[in-house]
Amino acid sequence: MATSNNAALFDFLLRLGDDQLVLGQRLAEWCGHGPILEEDIALANISLDLFGHAQAVLNLAGEMEGQGRDADKLAYFREAIEFKNCLLVEQPRGDFAYTIARQIVFSLRAYLLWDELTKSSNETLAGIAGKAKKESRYHVTHASEWVLRLGDGTADSHARLQNALDEVWRFTKDLFATDAIEQQLADQKIIPNLGGLYGKWLTMLQELITKATLRMPDPGMFMQLGGRTGKHTEHLGHMLSELQILPRSYPDARW
Amino acid sequence: MASATNTTASADWPMWEVFVQLELGEPHQHAGNVHAPDARMALLNARDVYSRRGLVKSMWVVPSETITASTPGENGEFFEPGNDKLFRHPQFYKSPKGVGNLE
Amino acid sequence: MDDAAKLKEFDDRIARGEIFEPKDWMPERLRKQLIRMMSQHAHSEVVGMLPEGNWITRAPSLRRKMILLAKVQDEGGHGLYIYSGVESLGVRREDLIDELHAGKAKYSSIFNYPSLLWSDMGAIGWLVDGAAIVNQTTLAKCSFGPYARAMIRICKEENFHKKQGYEILSTMMAGTPAQRAMAQDSINRWWWPSLMMFGPTDKDSPNSIDLMRWGIKRKSNDDLRQRFIDMTVPQAHAIGLTIPDPALKFNKETGHWEIGPINWEEFFNVINGNGPCNKERIAARKHAHDEGKWVREAAVAYAQKHSSLERRAA
Repeated sequence: MATSNNAALFDFLLRLGDDQLVLGQRLAEWCGHGPILEEDIALANISLDLFGHAQAVLNLAGEMEGQGRDADKLAYFREAIEFKNCLLVEQPRGDFAYTIARQIVFSLRAYLLWDELTKSSNETLAGIAGKAKKESRYHVTHASEWVLRLGDGTADSHARLQNALDEVWRFTKDLFATDAIEQQLADQKIIPNLGGLYGKWLTMLQELITKATLRMPDPGMFMQLGGRTGKHTEHLGHMLSELQILPRSYPDARW
Repeated sequence: MASATNTTASADWPMWEVFVQLELGEPHQHAGNVHAPDARMALLNARDVYSRRGLVKSMWVVPSETITASTPGENGEFFEPGNDKLFRHPQFYKSPKGVGNLE
Repeated sequence: MDDAAKLKEFDDRIARGEIFEPKDWMPERLRKQLIRMMSQHAHSEVVGMLPEGNWITRAPSLRRKMILLAKVQDEGGHGLYIYSGVESLGVRREDLIDELHAGKAKYSSIFNYPSLLWSDMGAIGWLVDGAAIVNQTTLAKCSFGPYARAMIRICKEENFHKKQGYEILSTMMAGTPAQRAMAQDSINRWWWPSLMMFGPTDKDSPNSIDLMRWGIKRKSNDDLRQRFIDMTVPQAHAIGLTIPDPALKFNKETGHWEIGPINWEEFFNVINGNGPCNKERIAARKHAHDEGKWVREAAVAYAQKHSSLERRAA
């Protein structure tokens, strides 16, 4: 059965918005626990940007769905299997090297994606993308500077970051996973064709990783998939039980 | 592999002075300090700490140790010569009535 | 000029209402007091991130989550501003942090209480930040330049902190019976500790005399506390909260709210390390700092490597 364009866009926006929400939540876990005050504040800024994107995107998703759900309803009243974020963002916070490895992998793609989405025929989405693109450019800058410093810092930091890159790599195919829904949206010219993202992303990442005296992870590594279709790792459920506790416990309450 | 250098295992980041410009064309003003390992990170940290509420048009960071300041004990005599040159101030001059303001 | 003459000159400057700067001559006793007072203040901001940080991942809406995260982040920034002020006196932030983690430095006792309910975010914003603002507004006019400047910046930024707290409580008080019960529970737990934030009563505050003489503290602990009480009680009543003090009454003649006795034994107990969360708070800060060491070292190593590379290239 053919999916309507609105339903397809709804699904696409959930992928986009859930990525921002879940990573924002992971980054927020650093607040008060960063390696130095300045960096604590920097990570909180990135987290705040991501929550802002999540709110805008999920509100638009709710409009596309047309069932009266807004960003909060979507964030707080869905089960893990209804979330469409990639597996990468739901992984536990880890140490600072893990956070930086995830940040560079994610924000580089996010930046390229937002850049494409500024061309969306949906004006609201194009507007969100225009703002998010600027913010995610800074997220790339921040992560890149840290990749250089950890990669080419001490032997310990080098080993930690290399290890973290190897760890996150198995989730990178899932980050770029695409399907008929995206194809439909591209065919209908609602979003641009996103097929070129991976190549650009890989080239930019490779350049940075080399400069940081690190090596690219094994390209033949087994890749985990499933986030975009709701097949998550166990970590997401625990995160949601924390995130959703109040509205789920008091469904009638306003906060 | 990160090349082994004769780095001292210091975790201390030096201090930087942060200056911000709030309106284009205005002078940069001292906003505060950050700690950072190098100039690039000092700028990023200053951005994250001192432009959380936007409003900043431009930013400078300067290593605190490079500031040369006048000495408090000498300040009096150091700046004294400027104090008695009233002819440097426009209020020193009188214009005939009716001419109005010459500015 | 001998020290007695310098002291006389310094006293005169303070009497004229002048602001002094780190490199100016100041009595050694005052320098020590300033380092102590300002570092305690900075530690309080940073440790103060923890009880509220405890609820960021559980905030009940995206709006509340962003507000709380921004607020807790601000506290970190405020710690940073005040540490910078202390550093202007020739002390290293790193050493101050080591003292905190070794249990040798004090910080505001209020942050040793646990945040148990979402409504605690309201109580902390309204009461704890409210008390802090009363204190900081007078400190913004203090005689030590770096401290005054940090306070001016902080007061501007903290404008929204108290308001968002009060908004959380007023929304809950207009909500379901369960929400009202939670809000009241928060006030029951945070009211007295917030009054203790102003410090011991004037006669038991040994450091106050010097700090007042030299224009750092401009109002006594008891005066500031009274100002806070007079401001806060009507705000509680306006949204239907009960102040947990059976002795509370309004004195028509003085125009002040009078409170029952403060449990100073509890205050000194918490200050001396025996509050409900003292150990957890220090452990969390120490853990973050220790875990961050390799990160800070890596950045220093990179900077050294690359600045020497650049020099070679030049």
